Amino acid sequence: MDEKVEAILGKYDHNKRFLVSVLQDIQREYYYLPQEILVDVSEALNLPLSQIFSVATFFKAFSLKPRGRHLVNVCVGTACHVRGATRVLDSIEREINIEPGETDADLKFSLEAVNCLGCCALGPVMVVDGEYHGKLSTAKVVEILKGCE
Amino acid sequence: MKQVTMTIDGVEVTVEEGTTVIQAASELGIEIPALCHHDAVTPYGACRLCMVEIIKNGRSRLVTSCLYPAEEGLEVKTGSEKVLNVRKGVLELLLSRCPNVKVLQDLAASMGITKPPFEAENADEECIVCGLCARVCRDIVGVSAISLVSRGTHRKIATPFEETSNVCIGCGSCAFLCPTGAVKLEDVGDKRIIHNWKVEFKLKQCKSCGRYFAPEAQLDYLRRTLDLPEDHFELCQDCRVETVEDV
Amino acid sequence: MGQLKAPSELEKVRQDILAKRDSNRPCITMCSGTGCSAYGSEKVFTNFQTLIKEQGLDGQIDLRRTGCHGFCERGVLVVIYPDEICYVQVQPEDVPEIVSSVKDGKIVERLLYVDPVTGDTITRESDIPFYKHQERTVFGNNRRIDPKNIEDYLALGGYSALAKALYQMSPVQVLEEVKKSNLRGRGGGGFPTGRKWETVRNTPSEPKYIIVNCDEGDPGAYMDRSIMEGNPHSVLEGLVIGAYAIGSHEGSIYIRNEYPLAVENVRIAIQQAEDYGFLGKDILGSGFNFKVEINRGGGAFVCGESTALMASLEGEVGEPRAKYIHTAESGLWGKPSNLNNVETFANVPLIINDGASQYEQVGTEGSKGTKIFSLVGKVNNTGLVEVPMGTTLREIIYDIGGGIREGKGYKAVQTGGPSGGVIPESQLDLPIDFDALTKVGSMMGSGGMIVMDETTCMVDIAKYFTTFLEEESCGKCVPCREGLKRMREILAGITEGRGRDEDIATLEHLASVMKDGALCALGQTAPNPVLSTIRYFRDEYEAHIKEKRCPAKACKELISFYIEPDKCQACMICLRNCPVDAISGGKGLIHVIDQDKCTKCGTCLDLCPTRFAAVTKLSGEPVPPPPSEREIVREKRSEQ
Repeated sequence: MDEKVEAILGKYDHNKRFLVSVLQDIQREYYYLPQEILVDVSEALNLPLSQIFSVATFFKAFSLKPRGRHLVNVCVGTACHVRGATRVLDSIEREINIEPGETDADLKFSLEAVNCLGCCALGPVMVVDGEYHGKLSTAKVVEILKGCE
Repeated sequence: MKQVTMTIDGVEVTVEEGTTVIQAASELGIEIPALCHHDAVTPYGACRLCMVEIIKNGRSRLVTSCLYPAEEGLEVKTGSEKVLNVRKGVLELLLSRCPNVKVLQDLAASMGITKPPFEAENADEECIVCGLCARVCRDIVGVSAISLVSRGTHRKIATPFEETSNVCIGCGSCAFLCPTGAVKLEDVGDKRIIHNWKVEFKLKQCKSCGRYFAPEAQLDYLRRTLDLPEDHFELCQDCRVETVEDV
Repeated sequence: MGQLKAPSELEKVRQDILAKRDSNRPCITMCSGTGCSAYGSEKVFTNFQTLIKEQGLDGQIDLRRTGCHGFCERGVLVVIYPDEICYVQVQPEDVPEIVSSVKDGKIVERLLYVDPVTGDTITRESDIPFYKHQERTVFGNNRRIDPKNIEDYLALGGYSALAKALYQMSPVQVLEEVKKSNLRGRGGGGFPTGRKWETVRNTPSEPKYIIVNCDEGDPGAYMDRSIMEGNPHSVLEGLVIGAYAIGSHEGSIYIRNEYPLAVENVRIAIQQAEDYGFLGKDILGSGFNFKVEINRGGGAFVCGESTALMASLEGEVGEPRAKYIHTAESGLWGKPSNLNNVETFANVPLIINDGASQYEQVGTEGSKGTKIFSLVGKVNNTGLVEVPMGTTLREIIYDIGGGIREGKGYKAVQTGGPSGGVIPESQLDLPIDFDALTKVGSMMGSGGMIVMDETTCMVDIAKYFTTFLEEESCGKCVPCREGLKRMREILAGITEGRGRDEDIATLEHLASVMKDGALCALGQTAPNPVLSTIRYFRDEYEAHIKEKRCPAKACKELISFYIEPDKCQACMICLRNCPVDAISGGKGLIHVIDQDKCTKCGTCLDLCPTRFAAVTKLSGEPVPPPPSEREIVREKRSEQ
């Protein structure tokens, strides 16, 4: 077993009730949940693989496929929606050719629609690689995305 | 055991504490329809078809009869207007999801629904996501080969990573309990195939009559987990000298 | 720091902290809530740090990061004490000027708040109308403490309620006090907190669990986030008091995955509380033990529902279960469990310190105390506001919120998130409390208040919430899983011009099946946005269905962008910027939009200079054909 995974399991005392937390740490470390690691977790926590798979597919935090280098989170919370988030999302989708929940073929961008980033005054907002961009327009969106390597 | 007395559709019935309303109704000969329910498995309360109206302390509400416990003085209505509205609504939605499933067509027809009010995304869909197969596999068989995955409209039954199951023992409990026939199990010659989990098993041949009676994998599993006489694994159910109770 | 073992020791530490603090010494405080972070507060802070050090001012000027102040529209907020001088929209470049002004005891006039209505410049934070009309009992301390420093919380009297509860009151007395206060849950349900505590206490089963619900999922609501990030000790204190009252010795704080800063600040707070002896064994020497752990959500709105949350705590998927047996009797691991919202716990220390009778003075008959709302959307002063229950919507939206943005007309305010409804103009004088909101077809919910104007389409809003819930539904029960899908399909059809006459009736029928048949509150309340918009804005639904017209001109498939020939000055701005090259024309040639290419992105409308205002939206009427004469006579250059 990968030593990083071993460390994560150790952090939670190999206690099966911390399954969600274990998976989150793995997601953060590997940017997704690799199948082999989930098999290891199933054995280590003495939980059926089917349960691991259920939990991994239930929660939005987890991705079973590798994510892109640049994570684009678009806020589609109500306040941003009312300020035109749909148009912003449309222009993002047009620019990078994927829909929320997807990663492009080059593993460059992953797009997620999220609900409320807590900065409604800036709406519509998107976060690219942890950096916030607010008061978005179609033009601004294109500029920001084109600037990502 | 403590006894409680309640009324269902105006008729009094006394049952043991812990009995569910659906069981109590059954004792009165009232069969409340249900799809995700089976006596062998813990109730789940997902299909909502078995909902009834209860009146307690002057307040009325709708509950699932498969889960709600019998209580002293409880008043139950299995066919009130609200109940029928929900029951009809559930059947309309299920029939719209799986328009070609016979049991749904029959149930819907019994409530006057002749055609699905909404268009099916996939007219060949047969699974109503009742969870019986996953529940029996996990709770009774103990193998957990399949589970409910994803959520919301994407919810479905699947093996891990939707690949061939490497823990399924081919017992067929899933197919046995499936209310719609969505689990496709086929016994052909000396093979058992469960198409949904992409598994194929070699069936054991009865030493006495030559009939193929159970997957070898299932027998191996029983051998490992239960204390049974050796002939249990060599002879089919009909040919066994001693029947084992409560296996 | 050795653990404190008596209230007297706590008081001594408090006095020591206060003695070290010179309230006359200038202190630069900066809001580091998420909103201000998004505006770049980190850079502002680093600049302050660097400059103060460089100029050797460490001993003269204090610098403090604080929790969210709530006035998110005007971030980054910097407030200078002791005079409470409030600077708004501070940029990193403004730092040198601010520092020298503090040194010299002056004010940077250009950074002060200017009231857009009166034109007055306001210096003190509490004089700003946004704050003046609020009663920030719970939220107010955010701006005076650094959430990562327990001493700030202690300096304001923190943990005195806990000491009082443990030493001057029995658990039952604490419980009775909370009952007497009539505190109702702030997470949405509004269930009487004292009664819930009592049920847990009286259930003869051990151990008992106590859980803080910080799974705040309503899109547009971020109050709990700001409390957890900005004043985590206020919640911890309430939590320990609650644990004492119900007899619980282990608790969990469930924070949604999307709030990493909250997780971090709570983690630090727990560590510090343990160091001081407010958590762990023999708290404050009282003999009461209590420990708490943090659990992160996995990203599922449904986990805000108590049984789903508890399932998630057990390592399972967040599937709710029937509540025929309440979680207060059988919850986490089948044991009595008390779940309360963040804001609910934050109210508890106040009730213990001030007493229920005083707490009860604020609010209405059925809803006591204050409520924090996230006032967002088409309002001028977006942010977090705290008002007594019973304040009217009009006061919140106009006096505090500053009215509708861009001078547009009020249409509705949406409260209660996806479980709530819209409230039209006719109900603006509604005093806000749990029961009043339910009566008009909405609900308090967690406190989200989305203000909408004439450009917001109500059918689109219903579709928005239904789509949200369809994605968040756990999928267990038929009415919710299948019902939401069909509702969304119908609403999408209506907004896309495929509405049918029977659609409203079908929506109402599906609503009844979901309200009565769904397993949990997500499904049972899911129809509310639909029903509420039908109730108050039926005419919009009918316009979409019968006339294929969107009165708000918002629904993409029902609108056309049109350049009015007599207004177009052929400036080429829209033409050059159209992302799909749908505009034809040239210098001196009136621009025309090719309706087949147009994607309704709105860029042309955004960019057309206001003095021309040539781009307009049409709905429910055909687009006029392009003029035969495309040449125009330009306005004189000096007018451009």
